[in-house]
Order: sequence, then structure tokens, then C-alpha cells
Amino acid sequence: MKIGYGHMGTLTMVVEMILEELGHEPVVPFRPTRQTLALGAKYAPEFACIPFKIVLGTYLESLARGADCFISGGGYGPCRAGLYGELHSRILQDLGYNAELIFLFPPLKKTVDFMRKLSRLKGRHSWFSLARIISKAWAKLNALDELEMMSQRLRPLELTRGQTSKAFEKGLQYLHQAKNRGEIEEARAAALAEMKKIEIDPTAKPLKIGIIGEIYVQLEPFANFYVEEALGHLGAEVRRSIYLTSYTRHDVLSTRGDMNSRSLAQPYLAQKVGGHGQNSVGDVIRFAQMGYDGVVQLAPFSCIPEIVAKSLMPFISKKFGIPVLTLFIDEQTGPTGIQTRLEAFVDLLEQRRLASGRYDFPGNIIQ
Amino acid sequence: MDLYLGIDVGSVSTNLVIIDEKNEVIAYEYLRTRGQPIRAVQEGLKAIAQKIPQGGSICGVGTTGSARYLTGVIVGADTVKNEITAHAVAARLVKPDVQTVLELGGQDSKIILLRHGVVTDFAMNTICAAGTGSFLDHQAARLGIPIEEFGALALRSRSPVHIAGRCSVFAESDMIHKQQVGHLTEDIIAGLCDALVRNYMNNVGKGKEILPPVVFQGGVAANIGIKAAFEKALQLEIFVPPYYHVMGALGAALLSRSAVKKKKTTSFRGFSTSNLDYKTGSFECKGCPNICEIITISLHGELLARWGSRCGKWDNLESSASPAQEVNV
Repeated sequence: MKIGYGHMGTLTMVVEMILEELGHEPVVPFRPTRQTLALGAKYAPEFACIPFKIVLGTYLESLARGADCFISGGGYGPCRAGLYGELHSRILQDLGYNAELIFLFPPLKKTVDFMRKLSRLKGRHSWFSLARIISKAWAKLNALDELEMMSQRLRPLELTRGQTSKAFEKGLQYLHQAKNRGEIEEARAAALAEMKKIEIDPTAKPLKIGIIGEIYVQLEPFANFYVEEALGHLGAEVRRSIYLTSYTRHDVLSTRGDMNSRSLAQPYLAQKVGGHGQNSVGDVIRFAQMGYDGVVQLAPFSCIPEIVAKSLMPFISKKFGIPVLTLFIDEQTGPTGIQTRLEAFVDLLEQRRLASGRYDFPGNIIQ
Repeated sequence: MDLYLGIDVGSVSTNLVIIDEKNEVIAYEYLRTRGQPIRAVQEGLKAIAQKIPQGGSICGVGTTGSARYLTGVIVGADTVKNEITAHAVAARLVKPDVQTVLELGGQDSKIILLRHGVVTDFAMNTICAAGTGSFLDHQAARLGIPIEEFGALALRSRSPVHIAGRCSVFAESDMIHKQQVGHLTEDIIAGLCDALVRNYMNNVGKGKEILPPVVFQGGVAANIGIKAAFEKALQLEIFVPPYYHVMGALGAALLSRSAVKKKKTTSFRGFSTSNLDYKTGSFECKGCPNICEIITISLHGELLARWGSRCGKWDNLESSASPAQEVNV
């Protein structure tokens, strides 16, 4: 099978490896571009959210490159992601494509369905061999997360703008080429060594900003206007609330989600509202408790779970003393508007730090 | 005399302000951008240069507004700041204990909250331009009323009509409808002022704790009808500062002071820059599917700066309007 799938940050290369190992021919998605989004938006319902449109655009691009099957994670509950697979599949049908779409629902919730689909994907491989492939993929995921976190920490410290992003890209290439456990370990070491070569200012005390919100716009840089990089270049260290490994642990291998943030959210939002809506509330509190300066909430325009979370933000932000900037994103969003808001938000956080008297570094405001 | 220049190049207007060491406004210029930011900046520089008192010299320059990076390259800015920070800094200068800034400009509207002199929250309009200067301009022209008299006329209204203000297009059709059924022009205008304020409060003002003192600035603050509508909606006294329409530029000038204090020297290219032949251009990089739009700016055929690429391929000239960049002119 020539299997295509959506592009979601560093997960892309891990899926590629799994599919290759299983003997399929992966149609590895390109990084989404404005063209991808335009293509998706053209055939998607107007009020579908931006992840839907980007992924649809990617599917259409992959079909042109020979994909005959797509795999995707599914979901259910108040978030529309559960419906999206079906919707994707019908749109492709209407356009005259015969591609098969396989949606993998959380294994512990729809176990029979999941095992059936998994067994189809694994083909003639034994379950043992599948387990070996998965464990290799897990090693790669861990290395990717480690590399990503390191880039988020180093970017605000770099002396020459862009060094970190370049080293990070190089590291991704190393990991991309690594095919077995030994190679992954070597690539990981080589990638981290690249990062260590970046010239930094070790005395800088960068602002710390937490990034929360819907998973796709958090993990896919194109969908969030490269917000991590933009904040890094403005001198802020960022940390996301979702990484691939933590997501796998909390939401794939468990049915409970991230209980740390969910229990923090409990007193203010006592139930799940779909997606990571409840997490978003808890994550703000968590970042506040970790001493972060501010939080950026990323949400696709019209995303119900994040809208619910957003309506609690003024209260949570005040109670825990942490500023929150919410960015709703759709295909109409302009990069200039995002940049202006991010710049203003960083200024706000710097002023707050200065005013708190806890830090002593040159500010930009005349007192 | 040490003077500082602030330039705010927005979608509709280009403003320049010169302040002295006491942060007093010495001179200002307010021009229409008309889609040509470079020319507007050059004209503004020429005009404001005439107003500099003897012995005064520019010791720092700051730029803000949507064309802040471009302008920064042209004039040699010491600081390039977003308009939210610039407006907050200026509002704090004229009203040190300000807690809320309402700003209505040509095409955007913002709200900025400050507590104890520190910005704590802000929002900008995302959905619609109803309620901003351009729309008011357009409606005044359509009704045949000079924009300067718009506000005074609104105040004469005894019973404002209800105008659907969520969307500028619908607001216009609703106004036409109200005209057709015979409502008085002043009642329609007053209704429009109320609708715009309602739209603003629902849009950027949603969930924001608006505390006094409230400073109202931006070009629309000239409109006493809107000011009255805000006072009615908020039940608070609204303060419109004397230089309400050039507050962004004033903020940029103030910010340049602190930037120069740190840098020690200014990068200002001088007023002669207004006679130079700057050319901007853009092209789509086809190097990868990102299709970045690369902006170039050149002076007498020589490339000054280039930005806009994701990968940095075109940035060997510095990715953005780096103020420290030295160029021989």
C-alpha cells in the first residue's frame, strides 16, 4: 500500500519509519505550505477548523504523488476530530478518489476496532516484530522530543539569530536517517552535539513562556505561524504543554489524559470538554506554578474545547497572576497580526518582570 | 538641544513627532499614507525638518506601526516597536496613572490595560474593521458630511436609531435603510456611533476590566460623537489627550530615548534621506514549497535589506531591519 498521512511536526518522520518497517510504501507528506492550506480550504467546509483544512490539503497533494490509502488518528467527544475522518473520506470520494482511509481510535477505548486495523497495517509481520518496530519508534520519539526541548531552551540565548533553528534542522536530518536503535542513539548524540556548538550567552535570563492549546496547532509549526521560533527570536524560552512522548503516554496508552493538568483544572472546569480544553485550563495553572512569565494559548478558529477554555482565561489568569495571550488561527489569519501581538506580549512580560523587581536587566521603557 | 523623532506608519496615516529632553512635543506631522509608506515618510521628514528649532539635533529615532520595519531601514531607526507598546508608553506619558487605553485608528482598534504603569493585558480587533477610522470616513463621505463635523452632528441627536454594527457592510446597508424610511441624519449618525462602540466593546473589549482613568486616542478620538458614546457605554469620564492622533509616533519617540541611552549613539540617517530614491520590491522564492514572499528594499539600485524568508536563504543582508546596520548614503 502507498500510505499517506497528515504532517504534524516531528511525528512525520516517526510514522514514515513505522510504515517503512512494516513493508508499506509511505508517501511522506511535505511540510504544509500556503498552497497546501489553500488547496484544503477550497474543498473543506468553511467552518471546519484549520487542522482539518491543512490535513485535507496534504491528502490531496499526496494523492497526486500516488497515495492510495491514508491513516489518521481519530477522536470522539465534543471535539469535531472524531467526525473529521469520515468527512475527509467523503470529500475525497466526491472528488472522485478511491483512496482508503484508516482511522485509528484510542486503543484502550475501541480495542477491537483498533486491533483489527492494526493487524491490517502490520500485514504479515508477527506481533513480536511489530512490538520491536514500535519500541524503535518510541526511541526515536524520545530523541526528537529531547532535541526539540533543547532548541526551545537555546534559541533565546543564541548570539547569532537562526543558529539554533539551523542546528535543529541538521539534528532532524540525522535522526531521519537513523534506521535502528544503535543508529538512533548515534544520531541523537550527533544532533545534541550540533546543538552544543551553538554560541550562546549563558548569563541571559530569558522570559519563560508556556504554549498551550489544541494539539495540531501546537505541534505543527506551519499551523501556528512558527510561534516557537518567533518567541525564541524575541528572547523567550518556550515550553509546550504537549510533546509527542507525553501525548502518547497520556492520551494513547491511557484513557485518562494528562491527569496533572486535568486535576489542576478540576476546581474550575470539572468535566472534559473535548480535545485538550480541560488541559488548557490546568496547563495555565501548571505554568504559573512553575514560575513561567506568561502563556500563549493556540487554538484553531471555531474550536469549541479551546473556546470553553478561553472563556475561563480572564479568571484563571488573574487568580494565578499569569498573563495569557490567546491566538485563534484560521486561513484568514495574517502573520503580521500574530507577530505584532507576540511582540507586544513579550514587551508586556518584560515590563512585568522589571516592575516585580525580581530581575535586573535593561528594559526598554522609560520610567 | 537633544531631540527625538518618532514615526508611526500605519495603513491610513503616517505620523511623525519630535520631542525634546523634557518629553515635550516640539513638532508633529500627520499625513495620509495612501498605500505608499516610503513616500509618506519622506514627505513627513521634509515637512517636520522645517519645524526643528535652531540648535536642535535628532539624537534618536523610533518607528512603529504596520510599516515599522520598512521605515526602520529607511530612516535608520534606533528602535522598532510594535504599536501596542508604543501607544501604551505614550498614554502613560500624558496620564501617568492611566489604567485603560482605547485606541481607534485607521484600520485597527485596540484596548490596552495598564496597572501601576505596567501593561497587563491588551487586545486588537481580529474580525472586522467596523468602528475604525476608514469606515467612519467612508460613511461621512457617503452622507456628504465633512468628517470633522460628524461628531458634532451626532451630539445633536435626540433619539439615536439602532444600527446593526457587527459588520461594516451590514452597518452600511442598515444605515441606508434607515435613511430611506426617513430618519434624521443626526439620529443615524448618533446610532452609528453607538453601534461602533458596542462593536468595539463586544470585540476587543470583551472580558476586559475597564477602570479609570481611560485615555481615548487614535484618529477617531477627534470624533466627539464616538467619545460621547464611549462615555455613555462605560459610564466613565474619557480623557482625549492633546496629541491623540499621533500617540503612536509619540510613543516611538519616547522609546527611542531609552534605546539610545543604551546604545549611546543614534543610527539616524539624517533628513537628507527624504531625497533619496528608495525602491521596494518583492518576489516569491521558489526554492521550496513554502513559497515565501521576499521583500527587498534598495537605494539607488543597491540592495539595502531583504526579509521574509523562512529559511534565511535571502537574509545574508540581515533578516530584518536591524537598526545597527551601517549603510553608506
